Amino acid sequence: MLTGLSLSCLAGAAGADPQHRSRLADLVVQECGSCHGLTLRGGLGRPLTPEALADRPADLVRDIILDGLPGTPMPPWRPLLSEGDAALIADMLKNGDLP
Amino acid sequence: MITRRALAAGLPLAAVVAPAVQANTAPQRGTGDLGLVIERAAGSVLVVETTGRSILGRVEGLGDLSHASVVFSRDERFGYVFGRDGGLTKVDLLDRRIDRRIVQGGNAIGGAISDDGSLVAVSNYEPGGVRVFDAATLDLVADVPAVSGNAARSKTVGLVDIPGRAFVYTLYDAGEIWRLELPKNASPKITRLTNVGKLPYDANVTTDGRHYYAGLFGEDGVVHVDLWQEPLKATRVLDGYGRGEAPLPVYKMPHFEGWGATQGALFLPAVGRDELIVIDNATLQEAGRVATHGQPVFAVARPDGRHVWVNFAHPKNGVVEVVDTLSLKVIRTLQPGPAVLHLEFTPRGHEVWVSARDSDAVIVYDSRTFEEVARLPAGKPSGIFFTHRAHLIGR
Repeated sequence: MLTGLSLSCLAGAAGADPQHRSRLADLVVQECGSCHGLTLRGGLGRPLTPEALADRPADLVRDIILDGLPGTPMPPWRPLLSEGDAALIADMLKNGDLP
Repeated sequence: MITRRALAAGLPLAAVVAPAVQANTAPQRGTGDLGLVIERAAGSVLVVETTGRSILGRVEGLGDLSHASVVFSRDERFGYVFGRDGGLTKVDLLDRRIDRRIVQGGNAIGGAISDDGSLVAVSNYEPGGVRVFDAATLDLVADVPAVSGNAARSKTVGLVDIPGRAFVYTLYDAGEIWRLELPKNASPKITRLTNVGKLPYDANVTTDGRHYYAGLFGEDGVVHVDLWQEPLKATRVLDGYGRGEAPLPVYKMPHFEGWGATQGALFLPAVGRDELIVIDNATLQEAGRVATHGQPVFAVARPDGRHVWVNFAHPKNGVVEVVDTLSLKVIRTLQPGPAVLHLEFTPRGHEVWVSARDSDAVIVYDSRTFEEVARLPAGKPSGIFFTHRAHLIGR
């Protein structure tokens, strides 16, 4: 479902309509899950559970999503996600608001 | 009448009912054409057979199967499924049930089975290291923390079996490669190669058990260990294969599992690049490159080595390309469906099974005509593993 095409649609449509949120949540579980685990309890990448992110402000999480962490495998998602989407994902992660 | 009389006489129940049970069971069958398909979100596996291309059943309750992989017992009856959550599940392919299951660690990344079939080793992220279990009982045999100097425990990757009840694996954080030997009736022995490179993220061994290659994420290169030559030493090959160009963002780590081995060469996915790199095993030099549709994740050789089939990282993961290993050109592009996660050839390569996660399907292709010959329903399928791996070194 999340092909390059649908992602570029996502990138233009920030906001919190339920369908959009659910597509973003799917992206987090499936694609972020490749490295961070489907349950986000960690893998090659660190855990992304609310507890693991407790000391990380949402803005910082958003920026890491957008620009990655140079020197580690965490890639910049800016080519695929808008700032609004990254902020939404950061909130979802910090609140544990995922399926 | 007979039954009642036998029971009254106090004969063991089994002796009485056994003939009746046998008469009612399904015909006996072999397991050489069986396999397991991981349904990663549901925590289940499908037992499949590749002769009639059908699903025989589903086994549930295997935990978090993201990045799950499977090795098989020597008799090809049991599959050992390594789950992300540290679960190690021994699945009976004939009875299609869980034979045994343990949760051996907090966070795991695959495993291997020894050449004699007696030991199953699991590679762990948390706690970092390798644990070895009795293949029959899943009792712990050895616990080998990946500790390097004063540093914290390292995540381990690229665990493979090699001949002689031994395993080789790589320490991701510490940048080391270890050989773990577990001789019968003697103490385990570890050989450590240190400072092999930065962030080795995956590794594999050729099916002769000789060449072990580890891909580096933190540097532009690959590490080679010749396991036939003592003392072991790590050699850097393909140094600077990116030639200083900035790599592309990597949305899915490439895998060395199932790499394209052919004619003494290996087709490896490049990190952060839309290409395969070919290494000559004899000279350890680059022997060519293949430009691809996107960043390769798996580059799997058809068993005869004539073609290599490639899938790709998000967001270009709806495509499979077929590479001609003589001309180093892409000769066919297939579109099985969004999110192709894995592919597995039948033992001699006449067909290939492809998992398309977001289509909830496994698609079977004729590997010569490239025609789709079957499409099977599967819930978010990822890895596909056939039993003939039981008889291959390092698989």
